[in-house]
Amino acid sequence: MSELPVPAPLVTPANERFWAATAAHRFELQRCASCGTVAWFPQRHCPSCWTTNFDLFDAAGTGTVYSFTVIHRGNGDFRNSAPFVLAYVELAEGPRVLTNVVDCDPSTVHIGMTVEMVWHDTGEGNSLYRFRPAVR
Amino acid sequence: MSIRGAAFIAGAYEHPRREIPDRSIFEIHTEVALGALADAGLTMSDVDAVFCDGTAGMGTFSLVAQWGLNPSYVDNTETGGSSYLAHVGHAAAAIAAGKCSVALVTLAGKPRTGGAAERMRMMPGPEAAFEMPWGSGGAVNSYALAAQRHMHEFGTTSRQLAEIKVAASIHAQHNPNAYLRKVVSVDEVLESPMVSSPLRRMDCCVVTDGGGALVVVSPEIARSLGRTNAKILGHGEAVKHPDNGRIDLTYTGAVWSGPRAFAEARVNVKDVDYASIYDSFTITVLQTIEDLGFCEKGKGGDFVSDGALVAPHGILPFNTDGGGLCNNHPSNRGGITKVIEAVRQLRGEAHPAVQVPDCQVALAHGTGGSLGMRHGSVTLLLGQEDA
Repeated sequence: MSELPVPAPLVTPANERFWAATAAHRFELQRCASCGTVAWFPQRHCPSCWTTNFDLFDAAGTGTVYSFTVIHRGNGDFRNSAPFVLAYVELAEGPRVLTNVVDCDPSTVHIGMTVEMVWHDTGEGNSLYRFRPAVR
Repeated sequence: MSIRGAAFIAGAYEHPRREIPDRSIFEIHTEVALGALADAGLTMSDVDAVFCDGTAGMGTFSLVAQWGLNPSYVDNTETGGSSYLAHVGHAAAAIAAGKCSVALVTLAGKPRTGGAAERMRMMPGPEAAFEMPWGSGGAVNSYALAAQRHMHEFGTTSRQLAEIKVAASIHAQHNPNAYLRKVVSVDEVLESPMVSSPLRRMDCCVVTDGGGALVVVSPEIARSLGRTNAKILGHGEAVKHPDNGRIDLTYTGAVWSGPRAFAEARVNVKDVDYASIYDSFTITVLQTIEDLGFCEKGKGGDFVSDGALVAPHGILPFNTDGGGLCNNHPSNRGGITKVIEAVRQLRGEAHPAVQVPDCQVALAHGTGGSLGMRHGSVTLLLGQEDA
């Protein structure tokens, strides 16, 4: 399952800083300096108080599966990848991010499963965050 | 201000075909427009307002130009498959404000036989970079995420979801135009191939070419027509989104659009005789029924069992045309057919086998977009002319 395609994300002025950090395998989160909100996904304005001062920090890279699906018919870049797991992982810092769970039999994935971040380089100056079962 | 009684649906028309390789999308728009106008007893020259979604060429420009109209009101609201229910609500508000008196709402698309040029194009939003790289393409995957979480939190089962498809198939057998007319059993649904767990092939709606149209008119015009009209009682809409990375997959925007519509209509769930519930997937129906208040949150699985959705005598007869699950989901958008079947029920023109006796109040609900990410949710309440 680690053979999933690694399509490059659509980099825009709103997210280029985030994706640049992924080249060094850092998952950068932003906490509003005014109200403390941890925003997801990266954005210029705080979605709670609309100020623009953020403290940047790196996610710990751990989380739990909030929901998932085993996709049996992939589309686009993933047309030959099935079966694979699409999931929402709730980061330790709070945000639920869409991602893949990899490096395991899809039938073993379950809600509440503890996972840790792995990185798959796109070859275009950034890297995709995915998750595998936590090694404890 | 309220739209209650300010406007009526005087015309409703569903394109009879499900594969239309020999027409352009704009020709289909014209066919359904003429069909709905004829149903109302009106003509194109009566139209002074045009409503369409964001896939119809350069918005309303293309349709207005094609039809040679000079409308005093146009609306291009795009909320996915729920757009057309929003259009009905917006048309009623515009009519109430005196901006127009004959509003035409059309949908057309060819996801089944159309080429690349006939598939919809939309500009990627800011979320694209964080949703597209994971192979999430395809609506079923996003709805599967919602279904999995609903099962986890409430114990909902695949068997319960299958009951929804079974009820739709029981209705579709009576619809000669339905894409799938065969009655299926719960076991047959459970034996269909897994597409995106826990959703199987028969949990998914059909892919069909086609379209539909509605004519929304002022009370004065409604009175001048010979047709039985559906009175617009209330409209509510909402957008549900991931809430800054705190998405809750267990509910839909119907928790907001429903109460807004019921309040405006001054009716409650017990008054609803028939419901068109958006059925892109079985889980869409289950969550929507809960969120509209037909049963307690988390109890949708129990509610839909034992034939509750089967017309004419179930607790909540739904989608008597066979719905998106069996009849038609034109342009990958089931909103307009939901309103059309609700109008048929109120006029007593549904198939006799599924016509709800003395149908006084009908609900139509649309869910456009994806349960797992963002969706537009629109609820309409319609009634008899004297409601």
